[in-house]
Amino acid sequence: MLILTCPYCGIHCDETELANGGEAHLKREGPGSSDDAFEAYLFDRDNPMGVHFERWRHANGCGKWFLAARDTVTMEVFGTYKAQSIEPPAEIVERIRAKRPDWEGRA
Amino acid sequence: MSDVQPALGGAEFDGAGARVVEMPPKGMITLRGSPDEIGAAVADATGCAVPGQREITFEGEFALGWMSPDEFLLMCPRDEVGTCLKSLGETLAGSHHLAVDVSDARAVFSIAGPGAREVLARLCPVDLASTAFGPGEIRRSRIAQVPAAFWIDANDDIKLICFRSVARYAFDVLCGAAKGEPVGVLR
Amino acid sequence: MSIRLESGGRLIDRSKPLGFTFDTNPMQGYAGDTLASALLGSGQVLVNRSYKYHRPRGIVASGAEEPNALVGLGQGGRFEPDQRATTTELFDGLIAMSQNAWPSLGFDAMAVNGWFSSMMPAGFYYKTFLWPRSFWKHVYEPVIRDAAASGLPPKEPDADLYEHFYAFVDVLIVGGGIAGLQAALVAGRAGARVLLIEQTAHWGGRAPVDGVEIDGQPADVWIADTIAALQAMENVTLRARCMGAGLYDHGFALGYERLSDHTPGDGRPRHRLWKIRAGRIVTATGAIERPLSFAGNDVPGVMLASAVRDYVVNFGVAPGRRTVVVTNNDDAYRTALVLIDAGLEVPAIVDVRERSDGPLARECVRRGVRAETGAAVMKVKGGKQVAGVMLCRANGTGGAGALLECDCVAMSGGWSPVVHLWSHCGGKLLWSDEYAHFYPDPSRAPTGADGAPFVSTAGAASGCMASGEVLADAAEKGAAAVGAAYSGDLPQTNDIEELPMQPVWVMPTGALPELRAKMFLDFQNDVKVSDVQLAAQEGYESVELTKRYTTLGMANDQGKLSNINGLAVLSQSLGEAIPQVGTTTFRPPYQPISFGSIAGEARGGTFQPLRRTPMHDWHEAAGAYLEPVGHWKRPYCYPKPGESHAEAVAREVKATRASLGMLDASTLGKIVVKGPDAGRFLDMLYTNKMSTLKPGRCRYGLMCNENGFLMDDGVVARLDDDTFLCHTTSGGADHVHGHMEDWLQCEWWDWKVWTVNLTEQYGQIAIVGPNARKLMESLGGMDVSKEALPFMGWVEGELAGFPVRVYRISFSGELSYEIAVPAGQARALWDAVLADGAAFGITPYGTEALHVMRAEKGFIMIGDETDGTVIPQDLGLDWAISKKKDDYLGKRAQERSFMTRDDRWKLVGLETLDGSVLPDGIYAVGEGENANGQRNTIGRVTSTYHSPTLGKGIAMGLVAHGPERMGEVLKFAATDGAMIEARIVDPVFYDPDGEKQNV
Repeated sequence: MLILTCPYCGIHCDETELANGGEAHLKREGPGSSDDAFEAYLFDRDNPMGVHFERWRHANGCGKWFLAARDTVTMEVFGTYKAQSIEPPAEIVERIRAKRPDWEGRA
Repeated sequence: MSDVQPALGGAEFDGAGARVVEMPPKGMITLRGSPDEIGAAVADATGCAVPGQREITFEGEFALGWMSPDEFLLMCPRDEVGTCLKSLGETLAGSHHLAVDVSDARAVFSIAGPGAREVLARLCPVDLASTAFGPGEIRRSRIAQVPAAFWIDANDDIKLICFRSVARYAFDVLCGAAKGEPVGVLR
Repeated sequence: MSIRLESGGRLIDRSKPLGFTFDTNPMQGYAGDTLASALLGSGQVLVNRSYKYHRPRGIVASGAEEPNALVGLGQGGRFEPDQRATTTELFDGLIAMSQNAWPSLGFDAMAVNGWFSSMMPAGFYYKTFLWPRSFWKHVYEPVIRDAAASGLPPKEPDADLYEHFYAFVDVLIVGGGIAGLQAALVAGRAGARVLLIEQTAHWGGRAPVDGVEIDGQPADVWIADTIAALQAMENVTLRARCMGAGLYDHGFALGYERLSDHTPGDGRPRHRLWKIRAGRIVTATGAIERPLSFAGNDVPGVMLASAVRDYVVNFGVAPGRRTVVVTNNDDAYRTALVLIDAGLEVPAIVDVRERSDGPLARECVRRGVRAETGAAVMKVKGGKQVAGVMLCRANGTGGAGALLECDCVAMSGGWSPVVHLWSHCGGKLLWSDEYAHFYPDPSRAPTGADGAPFVSTAGAASGCMASGEVLADAAEKGAAAVGAAYSGDLPQTNDIEELPMQPVWVMPTGALPELRAKMFLDFQNDVKVSDVQLAAQEGYESVELTKRYTTLGMANDQGKLSNINGLAVLSQSLGEAIPQVGTTTFRPPYQPISFGSIAGEARGGTFQPLRRTPMHDWHEAAGAYLEPVGHWKRPYCYPKPGESHAEAVAREVKATRASLGMLDASTLGKIVVKGPDAGRFLDMLYTNKMSTLKPGRCRYGLMCNENGFLMDDGVVARLDDDTFLCHTTSGGADHVHGHMEDWLQCEWWDWKVWTVNLTEQYGQIAIVGPNARKLMESLGGMDVSKEALPFMGWVEGELAGFPVRVYRISFSGELSYEIAVPAGQARALWDAVLADGAAFGITPYGTEALHVMRAEKGFIMIGDETDGTVIPQDLGLDWAISKKKDDYLGKRAQERSFMTRDDRWKLVGLETLDGSVLPDGIYAVGEGENANGQRNTIGRVTSTYHSPTLGKGIAMGLVAHGPERMGEVLKFAATDGAMIEARIVDPVFYDPDGEKQNV
């Protein structure tokens, strides 16, 4: 039972207030994209044992989507940040690198 | 215009822990927009201070709740909804915003009594200790299986709003939780 | 035989006798008794029959670890099976029934299984009865299930109430023994919000029983003082009868409070499930004594040494008059001393160790007890009660030994810390050679959201065996939980020096097979030493597999007594060290918890939220048959007295088509979308173009997901230049609103669009039928003429004095107005419509009539014609897909090769040749078979109804090359093997030119 802090309303949300939305930072492929690129956009997902970036919605709350960087094994949360982010914030990446020196970065 | 009916016709319940009452319909307007753009106009229309994150402000019959970084809930006397919407429409004419009447979309409950906090603590995954949640704050969460928002009013009663269609469910779970003796943890 | 002693019993009140029954026999105990102590006090040693062999079994333990004494408790709506007598507080009128014995506990016919026990080895379920296959279902399984039955399921609904409680604390301490109390005191004094929970009704754990003195006084005094000090602290909450059931990620813990198990029917909830979020958790869960494995160690009267001590000291009950103590450690000598103090006989202490001359042993010798060192119990004599023990050398093979008569055996194989909660959330263990037990490794604690440890253990749970160490460890852990180091004084204790224990896993060490086959490891599941050894021989090297193969530790005690002993036997058989073999996984709950407590308020009428429209009460009063649509309850039809549902539906359809019908359409989703980019946004969301819609007009739109599949549909109305109102399906409103917000927040966050879900703000009433306009005119207040309000237009105004928005849209093919009115006035408008509609014989209709009418018109329904694999092109909806737009959600996916294949199943109408109704979901079969030998399928039915309008069955379906095969007859395979023939026809069965709706 996770607790994630919603960066919009500041609440330390119980997992039962949240809805998971899968992997974060996917780049949308639209008309004109190659079959391979589009297939990857639809179906290729990371499923790491370790550092992972996810989408969460504060569904029973302010209704905002936010992103979380989390270790899927230890459940350590490296940070949450706003959905309007193309990349994870530098400070969160630094925190991950400090705690997980072996982390190879986002695929 | 016909009489406006609350979802449960003003249901009441006296429990050992608290009294649960469905309140008369209240005027409500959902406002969406960036606080920088619409805050001043909204404050002007209500007399309420612009609420900060998770705050609710009051002025007379008006209240203004922070629902999300770009959403306020304006509460007012029912017969002032039209006036309010009109004046907001005029003052905000140039700003990107959305203001709609949602007075009928919700049910409002009052939970009063020494056990009121523990009534909610039986249903909501929220720290309801007075040190963690006090007057001036509005909290959106869930009660049991439905979304709800609540705050503490001037009388120290808890006011809770939920969607109208689940008013019966909300009332029933609130009554169930108000039935029991105090847990004795929250005061 | 067990007896109630003349005096003693620190927990019972002899002035308050309580009556109860066991297997209908009236018995008596005292306030403060557990059911177990009251049974023993009443001379009831035999309490159960074992699971597999139906061997007589007695009480072994005094707490949560009890494997045998499970009873059916209560009656009727308060009956519950598998209740532990040792954790059941006695109350006046308690009714307990033994389980697993027929016809009676004393004479159990199934005990015959015991004679054949050699034919029921480990894995016998897997090895036997393999043939013939059909016998499994009809012969073997019923017989085995009957024979192995444990408690009976309750037959009546649970009469009790249950509740949840969300608690938020800085420090949760699980366990109210002296360690938990000490940790709470330290954390509480530091000002932290502390919750201390204890599973029994009493504080202090076993320190008072073990004769611990703290600061020169009996432990009871220190316990009472500490409780008083804790109760005086505002920031500390104490809960007895509240078990720590499980520990989970991020400081989540479950507390299981048994409020009224001991006062049933007093109006309070029976159980309260605490959902706790704690910053730090200290588990002060104590330790559990291990049994010894000797032949006949399951005969009633063989008990844990500590339990024997508990019954004497706490309850004034002697489990036997003449007790032999069997041990591999010094602690069990305390039991001998307690028994002698109570005036009972201890004919011998059998100690496997060659040397036993510690202070406790010397005291026993001084008191005249004979100590047999280097000795072991070869086997226990007796059937339903211990009659004596045969002794032998500890390291021999168990040759003929001396018989020692006794009626009770107190055994101790050493102590294991209760590491369950620590392990639930990932805490790791170390092996102690000194104590032969696993204990928590503090360097590998469960970690929380911040990556730091959030669980620690205190006292015996840490592996501390002496009370001085326990208190010091608890003070340190209590301080650490609030981020401090403990620097205060520590209470002084009277710890007595104890000699090292000596692990012994099989007694005697060289026991022959005949003995090993009578040594029980798991009393509850009847798993013996020989079973585990056989599993090892057969190649089961993993402890997790051995557990499942032998069922060791899989009963509802979860192997609290058997796991370490079983593991040790396995590791010996494998020739490996115990820590290398490892433990099985500890999973919550620590002890079984009631289903009621898990459900909490989610039962009966509040099992799940039911959404009600403003007209709900009217529907119920009108006798509507309601069906669930999403979480809504909607009228399916309004049967009149004597009318079947099918007849009601037919009547509603005919009346509507002939004159006038009305429908509660309030459940329809209504989402307002506003902003300079609203049109652009809706162009992305819908397959067709919405930005070109004129204010005052409506347009039907399709919504797809990025996979291209149809997700929702509905009518969009443009309210003004930058405002749209999107109608969604009844079940889809929240999902579609979430979908909109997802794209706005996460992809197009620079677009200027706001959305609000207005579904609940409006009640919506559809007025449908050729007389709809006349009724609207009769209600009055607005111009509803064809010119003022044409088909697919909307207007705002007053109708019969109500503020309304009226949409001229039709899902039935008839002239139709949908009226949105504020929800609080919807019922009044409904009543007004009914009243004025009487002149036209207005007929309220339900969802089934709606479905029939839309099917007659060939309109698709999300969820019927779509199932998450259907694209709009499959449904012939190409007209609603813009060819001009560069992009919309789903467009790229619809260009994928599989989506553009010309043999996709496409929408057609279907009519049986005989006018009958096709079964729903039925498949059309083609030529040949697929790789699995099944007939190839070429289509399926998606919607099928009897059309009262046309007087025959009509259906829609998806068929390969369907639209090109008009008039062709297909064969549909019914589940009974019959073939039903149906012809492919146009899906629009009624008014194909749309003349009726556009008048």
